[in-house]
Amino acid sequence: MREIDVSQITDAVERLCIAANEHLPKDVKEAIRCCRACEDGEIAKGILDDIIENFEIADAEEVPICQDTGMACVFLEIGQDVHMTGGDLREAVDEGVRRGYQKGYLRKSVVKDPVRRGNTGDNTPAMLYTEIVPGEQIKITVGPKGFGSENMSAIRMFKPSAGLQGIKDFIIETVENAGPNPCPPIVVGVGIGGTFDKCALLAKKALMRPLDSSNPDPFYADLEKEMLEKINELGIGPQGFGGKTTAIGLNIETMPTHIAGMPCAVNINCHVTRHKTEVI
Amino acid sequence: MEKHIQLPLTEELAKTLHAGDRVYLTGTIYTSRDAGHKRMCEALARGEKLPFDPTDATIYYVGPTPAKPGQVIGSAGPTTSGRMDAYAPTMMSVGARGMIGKGARLPEVVEAMKKYHGVYFGAIGGAGALLAKCIKKCELIAYEDLGAEALRKLYVEDMPLIVIIDSEGRNLYEEGRAAYLAGKKQA
Repeated sequence: MREIDVSQITDAVERLCIAANEHLPKDVKEAIRCCRACEDGEIAKGILDDIIENFEIADAEEVPICQDTGMACVFLEIGQDVHMTGGDLREAVDEGVRRGYQKGYLRKSVVKDPVRRGNTGDNTPAMLYTEIVPGEQIKITVGPKGFGSENMSAIRMFKPSAGLQGIKDFIIETVENAGPNPCPPIVVGVGIGGTFDKCALLAKKALMRPLDSSNPDPFYADLEKEMLEKINELGIGPQGFGGKTTAIGLNIETMPTHIAGMPCAVNINCHVTRHKTEVI
Repeated sequence: MEKHIQLPLTEELAKTLHAGDRVYLTGTIYTSRDAGHKRMCEALARGEKLPFDPTDATIYYVGPTPAKPGQVIGSAGPTTSGRMDAYAPTMMSVGARGMIGKGARLPEVVEAMKKYHGVYFGAIGGAGALLAKCIKKCELIAYEDLGAEALRKLYVEDMPLIVIIDSEGRNLYEEGRAAYLAGKKQA
C-alpha cells in the first residue's frame, strides 16, 4: 500500500487547470493545421489561420486560449493500493480548482444553483469522476469544458431495432442542429451503450482521447472515419460560414448495454478541446 | 469585401455593410451577456435609463477572463448570441444597432434588425487570446456583482469581424454554406 497526501492532488489539479487552459494538446493543433492545408475557401482559410494564431499566442504568452475556461471536469483513476491521507478528497480537488482558476486568471463560470443561479466565485465545484483501478498510482486528468458546445450536445435512448443507421443519423442530426453555435470546427465525442448516465460519460471520455488515435475495435474505428467524413460533407465549415472543415475529429467509446436498449450520446466540443494529465 | 469602419454605427453606416463583408471595427463598444441583458431590459421595463447611451451603440456578447497584471483585459472571444435573442429586439428598439457574437439568431431578431437597421457581426468563437489584442481600453461601468458578466465599456482598434446578418436580413450562415455546397456539386 502507498500513502498519498491529498495536498499532492490539490497541487496537481491546480497545475492542470492552468496548463490545460493555456496550451492546446499537440494532436488537436495538428488536426487544425491539417484541415487548414485542405481548405480552399477564402473565409474558411482566414478563420483557420486566426484560430492557429490564437493558440500560438496563448502558448507564447501563457494566456487562456478561450475566455470560456469551462467547468473543470476532473477524472481520477485511483489505484486500489493507494491510501489517501491528509484530508477529504473532494475538498482537495475543489481546492485545486479554486487555486488554479485564481492563480491562472481563469474565468469563474459556475453558478451555485441551476435555476436560481448566482456565481460561486471560484469555479467550484469540479465535475469529479473517480474510478478505482489496479495499482498504486493516481492518474489525474483535467478537461475544462466550455458550454457553447456543451449546450449543443444530445442523448437518445434508442430501441435496438434502430440499429447502426439510427446511430449514424443521430450523430449527423446533432451536428446539423448545432450548426454554427459550438464554434466549429468541432470535436465530436460519441458514447454508445451502458445506461443513460454511463452513456453520457462515455461521450465525455471520448473527447479526452487523442484525435490521432482510433477505437481499438476495427468496427468502431471504421465508424469513426465514416462519420467524420459525413460530417465534413455537411458544409457547415469553420464558424459556420461554409467550408470543408466542420469537425477536426470524432471519437467513439462503447460499453455493453441492456437487451432492451441502445443508448447513444453525442458530446460536442469546440476546436479548443483541452485536457491535460498527470500521474502521481 | 474588406472594410475598415469607425463607430458609432449610424443607420447610414449600417446600410453599407453586407453579409460576408470582412470588417475591421474601431471605436467604443459595450460588453454584456445574458445576466446583463436581463437587468437592462428589466430597467427599461421600469422606465429607467440604461447604464450607457444606447443610440447607435454596438454590444459585444462576451465575458472575458480576468486581466493578468499588465493586460488591458483577459481573453475575450464571443459567446453564443442565441441566449441574447430574448432581449435583442428590446435593445434595438431603444437605439442599439450593432451586435457582436457567434451562432444563429431567431427570426424575430432578424425582423427587428430589418426594422431598426441592425447589424450582426461575428467574431471568431474560441479565439479569445487573439481578439484581446485589439482591445485597447476596458472600463467597468455597471453590474460589477456579475463578475465576468458585468457591463464594460471597451475601446477597440481594427477588431476583425465578419458581417453575419446585415440590415436587409441577408445571412452568411445560409449563403456561405449554400455557396460551398453548390461549388462542391459543380466540382
